[in-house]
Parts: sequence; C-alpha cells; structure tokens
Amino acid sequence: MNQQLDPLKTEALAALDAVTNREQLDSWRVKYLGKKSAILAVLKSLGSLPVEERKVVGAQANQLKNAFEGLLKEKEACLAGSASGQQSSGVLPDITLPGKPVNLGHIHPITRVMYELGEIFTSMGFEIVEGPEVEWDYYNFEALNIPKEHPARDSMQTFWVDAPPSEKGWEMLLRTHTSPMQIRVMEKQKPPLRIVVPGRVFRYEATDATHIHMFHQIEGLAIDKGITMADLKGSLYEFSRRFFGPDRRVRFRCDFFPFVEPGVEMAVECAICRGSGCRLCGQSGWIEILGAGMVHPRVLEAGGIDPEEYSGFAFGMGIERIPLLRYGIDDIRLFYSNDLRFLRQF
Amino acid sequence: MKVPVSWLREYIKEPFDSDDVARRLTMAGTEVAGIERIGSSWEGVSVGLVLEVKPHPNADRLRLVTVDAGSSRNEVVCGAPNVAAGQKIAYARIGACLIDGHTGQTAVLKPAKIRGVVSEGMVCSEKELGLSDDHEGILVLPESAPLGMPLSDYMGETVFDLEVTPNRPDMLSILGVACETAALLGVSPVIPEPEFCGGGEAIERLVDVSIEAPDLCLRYSASLVRGIVIKESPDWLKNRLVNAGMRPINNVVDVTNYVMLEYGQPLHAFDFNNVEEHRIVVRRAEEGCPFITLDGVERKLSSDMLMICDGKGPVAIAGVMGGENSEVTPETTEVLLESASFLPASVHFTGSRLGLTSAASQRFERGLSPHLALKALKRATSLIVELAGGTPAKGVIDEKPGLKPLISVPVRLSRVNHLLGASYTREEIVSTLELLGCEITPGSSQDDIFVKPPYWRSDINLEQDVIEEVARIRGYDTIPLNMLDKAIPNQTPNPMLGLKRQMRQTLIGLGFNELQSWAMTSTAMLKKALNQPELSISPLQLKKPMTVEQECLRTSLRPALVSSLASNRRFEEGAIRLFELGAVYLPREGDLPDEPQMLGGIITSSCIKQHWNMQPEKVDFFTLKGIVEALLGSVGVKAEYLPSADGGLKPGVQAAILIDGNRLGVLGELHPDVCRAVEIEESAFLFELNITTLLPFTLAEKSYCPVPKYPAVLRDIALVVENSVTHAQIMDILAGYPLVVDSKLFDIYAGKPVPDGYKSMAYRLTFLSEKKTLTDDAVDKVLGQILSRLEKQLGAVLRR
Repeated sequence: MNQQLDPLKTEALAALDAVTNREQLDSWRVKYLGKKSAILAVLKSLGSLPVEERKVVGAQANQLKNAFEGLLKEKEACLAGSASGQQSSGVLPDITLPGKPVNLGHIHPITRVMYELGEIFTSMGFEIVEGPEVEWDYYNFEALNIPKEHPARDSMQTFWVDAPPSEKGWEMLLRTHTSPMQIRVMEKQKPPLRIVVPGRVFRYEATDATHIHMFHQIEGLAIDKGITMADLKGSLYEFSRRFFGPDRRVRFRCDFFPFVEPGVEMAVECAICRGSGCRLCGQSGWIEILGAGMVHPRVLEAGGIDPEEYSGFAFGMGIERIPLLRYGIDDIRLFYSNDLRFLRQF
Repeated sequence: MKVPVSWLREYIKEPFDSDDVARRLTMAGTEVAGIERIGSSWEGVSVGLVLEVKPHPNADRLRLVTVDAGSSRNEVVCGAPNVAAGQKIAYARIGACLIDGHTGQTAVLKPAKIRGVVSEGMVCSEKELGLSDDHEGILVLPESAPLGMPLSDYMGETVFDLEVTPNRPDMLSILGVACETAALLGVSPVIPEPEFCGGGEAIERLVDVSIEAPDLCLRYSASLVRGIVIKESPDWLKNRLVNAGMRPINNVVDVTNYVMLEYGQPLHAFDFNNVEEHRIVVRRAEEGCPFITLDGVERKLSSDMLMICDGKGPVAIAGVMGGENSEVTPETTEVLLESASFLPASVHFTGSRLGLTSAASQRFERGLSPHLALKALKRATSLIVELAGGTPAKGVIDEKPGLKPLISVPVRLSRVNHLLGASYTREEIVSTLELLGCEITPGSSQDDIFVKPPYWRSDINLEQDVIEEVARIRGYDTIPLNMLDKAIPNQTPNPMLGLKRQMRQTLIGLGFNELQSWAMTSTAMLKKALNQPELSISPLQLKKPMTVEQECLRTSLRPALVSSLASNRRFEEGAIRLFELGAVYLPREGDLPDEPQMLGGIITSSCIKQHWNMQPEKVDFFTLKGIVEALLGSVGVKAEYLPSADGGLKPGVQAAILIDGNRLGVLGELHPDVCRAVEIEESAFLFELNITTLLPFTLAEKSYCPVPKYPAVLRDIALVVENSVTHAQIMDILAGYPLVVDSKLFDIYAGKPVPDGYKSMAYRLTFLSEKKTLTDDAVDKVLGQILSRLEKQLGAVLRR
C-alpha cells in the first residue's frame, strides 16, 4: 500500500473508535473525508503520477475512501441508537401490549380433515373425484348389489326426493354414502383406476350427540389386474400409519357390506387406552375407522368391468368421527351449528 | 342375538374359553358387542334350604328365618312376604357382594343387628343378585337345586351379545353360532338330528294346506299335536329364554321361541280349534283388510302382503307376526305348528310397510334357508310332546314350491390366493371349508373344486363368497400387507379442487370463518333470505322431511349465511366475516338437479372498539367489493361490476359480477327487509359467486410481461366532473391510451370550491413506454390529449 495511506488508515480507525458523540463524529468526517482530508489530497495528486502507479494508488485510495464512508455510516447508526435509548429511557414501549390484530379466519374442521386425507391418498396415487349429492337409487343401491327390500338398506335409511322417476324408472334420493361414485367412475373410465371420493352423505336418522342426518365420507377405489386383499391391507395400513401415526396398531376383521366380498373392517388402537379398553372405545380397545373389501363381482359388472380380468378394493370412511376423537368433541351437531365459538377453535 | 354360552357347549364338547371365542367370532365377522356374566359377582352366595320361619320379636313385617346352608345353619332376618319353610333359596353369607335392593349400588354384606336380632346373612331377591329388578320377594329356586352348591355353579351364565350382519341368518341361531364357533376352534360340532314319533290319524286327513302364492311362500310345513296341556315351562327352558333375552309365556309358545333360537327357524303355533275349517291357505291379503296382530294392534293390510289364512280369513301375517284370533291360550288343547319359509323381500316389504319387525321377520328377511323348516318343525313337535303332553298326528304337512336343491359353487383354488394375496395350500383351503360343514368334490382339473355349503349357509353362492370363508376362518391376519405396487393410473386433473382450496385459503387470510350448513332448508327461509314472496326457483322437496325447517334442498347459500350471522351476533360484538362453499341444488326437468358449487360470504362491522390502537372496523359496500376483487384476483380473474337488481340486496348498493359477459354472481348490501325478517339489526354485506361458472376463467395460462426497462413518469390530475359521471367512464377513456399503464383514483372531493352538483376526482397516472425513456414533453403531449378527450366526452375540467 501507498506509504501515505497505510498509516492514515490506522490513525483514522483509532480516532473513530474514540468518537462518542455526533460532534466528534462530525470532526472525524471533516478530517478524514472532508475537502482538506489526506485522502482527497492523494486523489487530487493522482494526475502527477506515472500511469502505472496512478492506477494502483487510485484504486487503493478509492477503496479506503469507501471504507471510511461505510464506517462513518455504521458509527452514525450506532450513535443514533444509543441516543434514542438514552433520551427515551422512561418511555420505552410496553412490549407486552397486544399487537395490532390481524384477523385470520378458520377453515371448518371437516374441511381440514378432508384436505389431510386427500393429501395422503393423492400421494399414494389416488385421484380425487367428486360426485352428485342427489342421486338415483340405481347408483346408490341396485348397482352396488343392494337390491330392493334387502335388509342392508335398513342401516341406510334414506331421504327420498319428491321428484318424478327417471326414464329408466330410477327414483331420486340423497345419497346415503359416497359409494355411488364407484359405479359412475367405472362407467366413465377404463381400469386401472385409483380414486378417492370425498363428499357429503345423508341418512334418515334421529339426531343426537353422536348421530346426525348429514355427514361426510371419503370413498376409495382401486381396480387393476391382480389387485389382492394384501394390497388392500397394505394400502390402508399405510394410510393409518401416516394419518394416525406409526405407533397405533391396526386391526383388520371380517365385516359385511353388500358391495364387497370379502368384507373388511379396519380399526386402530384406541388412542386413550392403547388397547386395554376404556369408555371412549366401548371397552374394546379399538376404534372402528372404516369399512372396506374386495369389490364385489356384481359391482364390477354393473360398472362394465369384467371381474375375471380385473379385481379391486374399495373402502369408505366416515369423517366426523375423526375430529370428534382427535379434539375430544362431545357433540357431533356442533359441526353444523355454524357457531363461531366452536369454529374459531380449529 | 343373545347367546348363552352353556347352550353352545351342548353342541361343542371340547372345552373352550369364552373370551377367546368372543374374540374369534368378532374377528371372523360377527362382532360380540358385549359379554354378560351372570353370577360372576355371586361370591359367597349358595343354594340354601329354609328350615323354619318365625315372627320377629320386635317387628311385625320382619321374620326370623333359619337357613340350612349346607355346611352351617344360620338365622337370618328377612322381610320378604313369600319366604316359607321348605323353600330352596339363594343364601348370601356375611362378606358376600350384593346389589342393595333400595339404592341399586353394590355393597359387601356386613353383620348387622336388625331390630335387636343379629342377622347372619341374607336370603336374596332377584334384584340383589342382579338378575332382574324384582325386589318384591325372595328368589325361590327349584326343589332340585343341590343344597350348598355355589349359586354361580348352579345358575351362572355367560351370554354373548352378537351383532349379526344382514348376510348371516344362521348367526341368529344357537346352532349356527355353534357351527361357526366350532370351525373357528377347529373342532366338529355335535348336532342331533331331530325326530318325533307321530301316532294316530295322518295329518293330511286332519288339516288342509294350500299355497296360493308360491312366488312368496317357498315352503310350508306343519304338524299337529292334540291333547296337550298348556302350563308354565320348566325352569331350564325359562332360564334359557330369559338369558337369551326372551320372555317365557307358556310351554307351547316357549317351545316355538326356543326352537327358533336354536335353529333360527321361526315357528308359529295356532290354536287348532280356532283355525276355521281346519284349513290353511297361504295367499296375498285383500286390499285394506284390517287385522289384529298378537300385540293387540289393528293393522291395515295391502294386496301385496302375504298372509296365512284359515277357511274364513287371515290368521297371521306371513313371517312377521301371528294374529290374536288364533293365539294359543291357557285353554288350548290342540296346536297346529307352522314352520314355513317365505320370500325374504316379501317379509321385508310387509314388515317395513307395517312398521313391524319381529324376531321372525329379522330372520326371514336375511334369507333363511328353506331347508331348515322341516328340521325345526320336528324338533319343536317332539319338545311340545315332551313338555305339554298330547299326541302328534302322524306325519307332517310339507308343501315346498320354492325349495331348491343345495347348490355347489365351482371354485378355482388358484383364485383363492390370487384374490387374497395369500399363500394357502390346497389342504388348508379344503380343510377350512370342511370345518364349516362344506362338502368338497373335485372338479375337472386339479385347480377346480366344487363347494357345497351346509344347508344353513344360504349366503354362500359365489366363488368370491367361498374365498371370504377361507380368509375369515383362517383369519385376516394370515394375509400379508402389501403396498400397492402397480403403476399409478393416468389421472385427469380436476382444477375445481384447486380452485376451491385457493378460494378457501384466500378467504381465511381475509378473516373469514368457514361454515358448513345443512343441505336442507325450508321454502319459508328461502323466501325470507332471498326476499322473494314467490321463489323464482322452486326447490326440490323431500318426501318425508325430518322437520319443516328442513323440508327442501337449498337453492341458495343465503338462508344459512344470514341466519348464521344473526345467531352469532348474539354473543359476538366484533366484526363478523363468514363464508360457505358448497353445492346448491337446482331442479332440472327429467334429470338429477344441477349442483353448481357456490361460494357465499357475509360481512359486518364491529359493534365495539376492540383494540387499544385501532379504531373499530367499519365495513361498507367498497370493503366487500375490495374483498371480492382480491378473492377473484387470487385466482387470476378480473371481473366487471354492473348495476344489478337482486331483490335480496338493497337497491342501488349492489352489483352483478361478470366476466366476459358471464354472470358469476352478485354483491351488495343486504336488503333491509331481509335483515328484518331474519333479525339482523345492522348493515350486512353479502356476496355470492358461482364457482362452477368461474372455473374456466381461472384456467387461462399466465404469460410473462417484460419488466419495464425505462423509467415511469407519474402525473397527478384532479378532474371536476358532474356527479353523474362514473369512475368506469373515466377509466374507459384512459384505457384508450397505451402509454398510461396504470391509473389510481386516490381522492374524491365534493364541496367548496367545487360547485354544487360536481365532484373532483383525483387520479395518479403512470406513463411508461416499452421502447424509450419518456420525456416530459412527450408525457405532457399525451396528457393534453387525454384531458381534451375527457372534457369533450365527460365535460371533465382539470382542477388547478
């Protein structure tokens, strides 16, 4: 470095350190960056230097000048900070006062659970589709192997719509489950299929703290060549692992639904008692989560799929139960009360 | 279905643990929802004998009873009116755990002095033992009860409460449960073959049975027993019935119930002397014919209901319930016993139309096998003879127009593992099916077998049904877990899902809370919320609504929005913002309704100051419009707003939302009439968007617009215009100048010095060229053109 500049730097830094107020800083600025400062003198004298040297010294001087300007700003900021600190020491803000409110809304707990479930199944290759809530009895019952006067219909008490039957003689109803979409999708798409259907369903049931006549389900359907019950178990186990957590045991038992054979009920270990039995799980240690099974050959046929060539599994899960258990909600009717005191908790 | 375990043990000779069996049954498809253990708490209670009853010296209503408890003699103070010497009773010693007859709480029996006399235990009532609520007198045991035997050994019982699925009529019978249990335990059940010895005249000469509706009556078998004596059933039979949840009536009726429980086959006993002309005709009812059932209720029949009739008229509703007119009474001496089989759908139809279900109808409608009828008939006939005496007529009536031979289901063994993903061997599959009572015969190839299910399993008809049997008996836990390893099928993206999610997220960010309301509403509520005396769209009505408030399907989200605002206002003083996203149901001729996805929102101001450094939030039309603009902006849509005439919104303070001429919805202030009707006492602002209509406009691909290379020039202008001139008119003119890339209305002023009837509108214009830096001169030139055009077309004058 230029013989003049090096000592100048050392001197200026020491002097800046010693600065404690604005006046001193001002004098420092005049001395080291002002019109009569050494740096400016160096820069002014560049013209008298030989070309080679001019380049080197010019660069160094400019660098140093920039450095000084930077240091000056820092010091200024530093002094300003401590000045306000000194001056306003009695009137510091009460930082415990509440911040200006930014009101965020709340998504409905059912929507939230639906989104969670949708994400899990989407990541497993299932496509989300939606279908009509007002349906023909053909899709809701007959095509799903639930003929008229079948006792399985009794567990799905129906809201019938006062409308004339279709040309095909089908009656209009509020769907009692999301399963009609199994048939609608099969009619439209060729296998392989992998879909989930979230949606609202309706049952003609007296309403109380644990029963309600409108609720939500998510339906699943996977059809391909060679799909097995082991695939059903594996997929639903994986769902449970991701949704309920890897530490909850899962149980598959036989159950009956007319549109599957073999039929399956999946339960997860009760989160409260961990399987030993408590009030929540009715002493069984298990919480029933969903019904499932291998798609019944008659259902595949109703959807125009050859059961000799293809097989598949289906499942259906009630949604309200999940937030009910997760948040300890004691009355299912709260979901449809539209009460902000409830909705804001989620 | 209640199943006393001791009854199961009659058919399964191998010992088993009832908890283990309950678990296996549950896993195999029939859930044991509860296990009742009668007598599990009877520690210290045993069979005793009353030796002597003396009056209590200090109390009229108490007596001193000397009880022989087998190993000791004890004096007990007893208040029961029915205690008598020679009775076998349930004696509880000190320390026994009993239910207090008055409080219903469980308590340990302590030594006590009652009115000065020490009582060394207690003679128990049914209530104290938890058997029933009877606390009127003590429980008197049969004389045969062995003295000193612990009561739990003498009459304890474990009862399963089964939840039977609709496909398994066999599980509504003790024999069916026994066969299932045996298969699950891997043992063979012992099933006796019933028979009875008929004497006297042949039944055909005494009874005439004809089936006039062979499409609905699959089989009708009957026997006749004459010379019987109606009396109480023996204790073993009564206990069985009580434990299985039925009320004992008399020996004949009890036998029909007992055999129904045992075989699953409903039976009916007619008083033969009340069967007119000794004739049974199975036929459809006469339309409108009244009929009094056993429960004393008069019911109206219709011509599609199947009836059992005698020579005169109906005596029973087939498969559902008998009639009062032919009921077995204490005077009955001859009974005609019916064991029939009816079309399941017919029984279900009749039962549900009459609102009547019975133990019989529940079994028939599940598809009971017609093969059961004769076996159950023979069993019941022999039991009646055993318990009521009498002589059965020779033979049985057995009309069977609908009895089909048992089917054999062809099954490919390879298909079992192919569907289950398991690896069962041929032997495992065959032996499992044989445990269930199936007969296996080989087919044409090594892979093919024929499976003939036992007669009580009418639910096994398809290969898939057989495969389920194998899986559930071997246990679903023997099937491995496998992650779907097939290629993920092609997917068709559904942009509606993303749109709904985006709009929800935006609204949450704007402070809205999501509602989910009933799909049903009422016509009255729709009229109120839409302010339409006659609805422009008449909603779909439900045939049998639960309440008047939910009689039809909503055609609008507004009823829920306005009523939720009103109900929340009762406790919420701050600003309220609510939205709902969901389907409405618009009727269509000859088709399902149209179900557009609608988004509706409602906002109000805050009633109070809620925050220390913020003024209470006041909202108006433009607050709402800003929200709608932001909401649509978040999905890449810029809409037009035109004057509208929605009856539910305040005239003039509302706008239709359009895009490319398509009406997306509306926004505006709620009409005061609506507010009044739903009790909203403030200004509320509502928007409604048809998301289904909106969807295609959100799909336009965005294209990149280069970041400006040259600096922008800003100019502020204030225009004095007549009050009737609109912002949109000014914007239309500005839009004609490509150099004006942005224009913001930043102030509106009326009052001095602006003349009356005029207003001043101040805009900040941004000038920008893509080609060069604009000079002041160039900008001024364009601005001059703009101003003169504004003046010419709108009479706008630059305010200086």
